[in-house]
Amino acid sequence: MKTFHIGGVHPHDNKIYSAHQPITECPLPEKAIIPLVQHIGAPAQPVVEKGQKVKVGELLAKAGGFVSANIHSPFSGTITKIDSTIDAWGMRMPAIFMDVEGNEWLETIDRTPDVVREFNLEPKEIIDRIAEAGIVGLGGACFPTQVKLMPPPGKKAEVLIVNGVECEPYLTCDHQLMLEHGEEIMIGIQLLMRALNIQKAVIGIEKNKPDAIARMQELASKTLGVEVCPLKLKYPQGGEKQLIDACIGRQVPSGALPIEVGAVVDNVATIYAVYEAVQKHKPLISRVMTVTGKSLKKPGNYLVRFGTPLSQVVELAGGVPEDTGKIIGGGPMMGRAMNNIDMPANKRTSGLLFLPESESRRTEPENCIRCGKCVSACPMGLEPYLLAKQAELQMWDEMEHHNVMDCIDCGCCLFTCPSHRPLLDYIRMGKAQVGGIIRARQAAQKK
Amino acid sequence: MNKLIVAPAPHVHSGDSVRRNMLLVIVALLPAYIMSVVTFGWGALITACISIAACVLFEWLIAKYILKTKPTIGDCSAILTGLLLAFNLPSNLPWWIVVIGALVAIAVGKMSFGGLGQNPFNPALVGRVFLLISFPVQMTTWPLPQGFNGSYVDAATGATPLAAMKQIVKNGNTDLVSQLPDLWDLFIGWMGGSLGEVCALALLVGGVFLICMRVITWHIPVSILATMALFACIGCPEGISAGQYVAYSLLTGGAMLGAFFMATDYVTSPMTGWGKIIFGIGIGLIVMVIRTWGAYPEGMSFAILIMNAVTPLLNMYIRPKRFGEKKK
Repeated sequence: MKTFHIGGVHPHDNKIYSAHQPITECPLPEKAIIPLVQHIGAPAQPVVEKGQKVKVGELLAKAGGFVSANIHSPFSGTITKIDSTIDAWGMRMPAIFMDVEGNEWLETIDRTPDVVREFNLEPKEIIDRIAEAGIVGLGGACFPTQVKLMPPPGKKAEVLIVNGVECEPYLTCDHQLMLEHGEEIMIGIQLLMRALNIQKAVIGIEKNKPDAIARMQELASKTLGVEVCPLKLKYPQGGEKQLIDACIGRQVPSGALPIEVGAVVDNVATIYAVYEAVQKHKPLISRVMTVTGKSLKKPGNYLVRFGTPLSQVVELAGGVPEDTGKIIGGGPMMGRAMNNIDMPANKRTSGLLFLPESESRRTEPENCIRCGKCVSACPMGLEPYLLAKQAELQMWDEMEHHNVMDCIDCGCCLFTCPSHRPLLDYIRMGKAQVGGIIRARQAAQKK
Repeated sequence: MNKLIVAPAPHVHSGDSVRRNMLLVIVALLPAYIMSVVTFGWGALITACISIAACVLFEWLIAKYILKTKPTIGDCSAILTGLLLAFNLPSNLPWWIVVIGALVAIAVGKMSFGGLGQNPFNPALVGRVFLLISFPVQMTTWPLPQGFNGSYVDAATGATPLAAMKQIVKNGNTDLVSQLPDLWDLFIGWMGGSLGEVCALALLVGGVFLICMRVITWHIPVSILATMALFACIGCPEGISAGQYVAYSLLTGGAMLGAFFMATDYVTSPMTGWGKIIFGIGIGLIVMVIRTWGAYPEGMSFAILIMNAVTPLLNMYIRPKRFGEKKK
């Protein structure tokens, strides 16, 4: 069985709590806040006004640039104000506030459960519909999907790599989506293959999801050019570069994009959204998220419309457990700890994880014992112990020389460190500094 | 709801700790220690206890009263240093020499550089080599295997097989070949020597345990032993078969102890696989050079200390393979 070739760690997957829980729809809130930044890139520009009535699926804000995404109304109701709010990651950003009234959808959206298989579209039409629907990578990075589908001149995509790895411990939303909507995902894959004008797609799934592997293999056997690649269990296999290495054995060079080796990577949830957008005319207004934790009453996978307060999803899952010490948006390896759950769900919230108090605190760091475990764990082949020390001493040039910008923030170094040193914290700080220095240098060169 | 804790990712940890690694090494040393008690009796028990107690005490005193930091004896590294120091001493060494060795190991070898993780040289070996140079007579008076029959202070002593090998290699004294102990005796450690180094079998068991528990990797022990074997094969003296000479080279002296437990010390060995292999080859070569041409019959301690000094250089030049790095 395949896997990526450098580093990696084996955290306990803890998926048992929410695995195989059927996707349940979260009830509509009374009031909703829809952030205008739910993606990487420029904020979306509002196209509605205060007091305006909107239906589900209507455009609320237009993409604010090439790398940006449209935002549609997840609810029907009245816009009460356009103001700023604090999003789930603690950042202040513009948002549209609305009162939810009823559940009235745009007539153009096909709301039937039927699977629409036939399509006869040109690549351009598919890409336009994806861009119009505001689809972004739902695996976590939230990079606008249409941008990936338009390779820069001189580059040619050869293979679509479908990310069904879900290597973050605890999270099960992609797994459940593959089980329940495998057929739709397969149609989405064909749509993307058409859009990219390629004949090959590989679906990477880790072996801890045997039923998803079996289901997708069964569907792939009926589809030309699509194959399933079962993968060994190893974190961070869902990282874009690691997944390409694992599935087709090509390593994306430092600082380059996957297209450099002819690959385009999309997550299964993103591909499901592509299917809905192209075949059902439904923009991206909701996502499946895992709400889980060892002490949570009803851990599960919930279909949540963006703008729904997270607290409402938590109620559905049985309320915040008594012993909670930390609430994490996303998985435990790369997710962010949140200081409250009143913020609205958005395109990024792939999960909510409740860690008990006893597992919430870091252990006091001790001296580095130079064991080299961080070096063997780093999937990018970096030397975390050295980078952390350089950051501590503010040696930015040396950090750049030691390729700090290759760091993918996966957390393997800190996870594995026997001395509990805050390696990644220092490296992040260094990355921010070095990134600033590089940008300043590039700006100076242009002048 | 309690106050929520916020911290940057990752929010889970492997559960590994400094203490766990130290304890696993101590556990891995236990079979060899039990064998040395069986072989050398009371001496092995007393020497190890004094050495461990002295190391822990000195570390605590220095941390508390000289460096004025929180003592870190809880990480068990001082216990391990004490045990390893004892493993490198003859079991009939007077107690006060053991204490001096512990003082040098901890004070000079470790704490003077800032404690655990900062020392360039293996502290136990710093202690041992200091004693070897300061008390050459006591440090090279090897008790013979006696079990609990003899007493601690005036145990019967004699030459180690290494000393005989030295005669064979250096002076071509082939008569001595017949006086070498049986290979099986060497394998189970029924010979004279430092208290922990004699039983190759037990050290091998402990070493494999450490590799299986992923405390150490195979690189250093394999490269040391392979280099020594290759050197012995090529440089085999007349009057002894190559196979025999390889076996004697690997089973006598500190080869096994050094390869699995002394050279693999995290702090003083390189970080990357290739760095470790070069480090191991260096040790293997230096040991054999000292054994063949040097003044001492054994050179494991010196070889490891010399390569310890090369470690920062290896860390600087032997880098891990980066992801996506183009082949040149």
